[in-house]
Amino acid sequence: MSQISPYKKPISLGFIVKKPGILSLIQDSGRFGSFNLGLTNGGPLDRPAFYWANRLCGNKINSSVIEITMGGLILIAQVDTVVAVAGASIPMAINGEQKEVWRSYQIKAGDTLSFGFSQIGIRSYLAVKGGFIIPQVFGSASTVCRESIGGLNGDKIKINDILPCEKHSSIKKSADGDNHLQLAEQYRPSYSNNVILRTVAGYQQSNFLPEQQRLFYSSQYCVSKYYDRMGYRLEGRQITSSIENIVSEGICHGAIQIPADGQPIVLLNDRQTIGGYPKIGSVIALDTAKISQLSQGGKVEFRKITIDDAHQIFHQNINVINQIKLTHCN
Amino acid sequence: MTTNFSIEIAGENALIIYFNQHLNKHVIPVIIQLSQKLIRDKLNRELIDLIPAYGSIVIFFDMAIMDHHQLTERIQAILANVTSMPNQLSNLKTEIKINIVELPVYYSLESGPDLAKIANQANLTIEQVIELHQSQTYQVFTIGFAPGFAYLGDVDERIATPRLNTPRHKVPKGSVGIADNQTAVYPSDSPGGWNIIGLCPIDMFSLNATPAMPIKVGDTVKFYRISKSEFLALGGILGALS
Repeated sequence: MSQISPYKKPISLGFIVKKPGILSLIQDSGRFGSFNLGLTNGGPLDRPAFYWANRLCGNKINSSVIEITMGGLILIAQVDTVVAVAGASIPMAINGEQKEVWRSYQIKAGDTLSFGFSQIGIRSYLAVKGGFIIPQVFGSASTVCRESIGGLNGDKIKINDILPCEKHSSIKKSADGDNHLQLAEQYRPSYSNNVILRTVAGYQQSNFLPEQQRLFYSSQYCVSKYYDRMGYRLEGRQITSSIENIVSEGICHGAIQIPADGQPIVLLNDRQTIGGYPKIGSVIALDTAKISQLSQGGKVEFRKITIDDAHQIFHQNINVINQIKLTHCN
Repeated sequence: MTTNFSIEIAGENALIIYFNQHLNKHVIPVIIQLSQKLIRDKLNRELIDLIPAYGSIVIFFDMAIMDHHQLTERIQAILANVTSMPNQLSNLKTEIKINIVELPVYYSLESGPDLAKIANQANLTIEQVIELHQSQTYQVFTIGFAPGFAYLGDVDERIATPRLNTPRHKVPKGSVGIADNQTAVYPSDSPGGWNIIGLCPIDMFSLNATPAMPIKVGDTVKFYRISKSEFLALGGILGALS
């Protein structure tokens, strides 16, 4: 696929990549509508953090941001603009001066924006006012490296890439003289190395005997060294299914596969669209955001909920988010 | 009332339709293609996407505007007519424009490193293996694994061959493989464990083409043999395996 390039060389200005860090990816809200071609959805692993990064910049909710995994990204601005970071609490500096996540900042052309490495949580989202201007492929700018699709050239962010964005010289000050936005501390998601994953039973759950289900929902699992944007392999009590393989079928986001070794795999944004392992249930998206913040050694437990509970949680969350007002700061 | 499909919960915003496995296996892909089209046509705002597979379709819906109870009812209504006529295959095929797609293949030891092994195991000559592969038609059962990767079947029993014990790190784009009773064309360079018997110069997936793939689930595929010079003239590239 490397020969095919629908991507035009960016001519506009934005940020130059001085260091790409461990894994920095352009993500918008994801690629939907092409599962039938075998394309996965991609998109931000921590959707709430992605949402807040965009909202802090006053962006449309689908705007392209950078998903920073662990850290190490260094950018130099070519234009004046506004940035905000949400998600894992990553050390952040503008021209060497320490700054905070969960609020917006004015950036001037020539400024250096640098990131250290987060301690708790591994995904942070850098939004820029108006979003990064990245061409869409199959309706989305989201990068899926495995498919060589999205981002600048179907790849992760690399040194010397130019990430184009709009120019925003100054923002109007509010009546009290403050001109930036922040999310008040009480509304910020908390990140922990120990998370509970609410799970909707489904698919092949009847192929797991009641005692196997009890074992699964009462055990603690540990994130193994095999975790990435496709999925998280866990280690812990073995779960046995009465079937080993099924006819390949569509896999939903958050699905928990139990392969023959009995160790659960939670499937995430870059998963294969179809697969043939039995599934005991699916983690709700609000909680896949939490597991995606874990690295090796992180602990998870599963809590069974009904699909009706899941809908209730979804609507409550939307109501809460819609009522939150960002506050001004300087 | 039809009993030809059932609907189950897959996730918070996903349901899965299972089609009755007792239906003729060659009818199911056609039913799935038609169901997919109807669901896309009739549920446009509520639908996020869907994944058709061998005997099932996963439907993702927007929880902000619909719940799973409502969706189940809608699907039942939409599919009532489809599955009440599972054996009227020709009618269904006309309705969804099932195509017959011909794909050229350069079969050779150079482009198909597993040809000799398959011939040996089957007690056939290489010529006979090639002839068995290209003399029949295949149905597109499903698409997945990687963008544009289509699972075709059924391969003649005599040349059906299990996957390699150790997958190759790189199988070149265009490679035509056999795994058990299925055959496929690799749409891009990728790791892979299928037995490679030739190379196809046609793009199976292209970001620039509309549609992005020359085939869809339910279509019929026929392979035909071409020479090395024809392969190269069609833009084929001989990529090395590793």
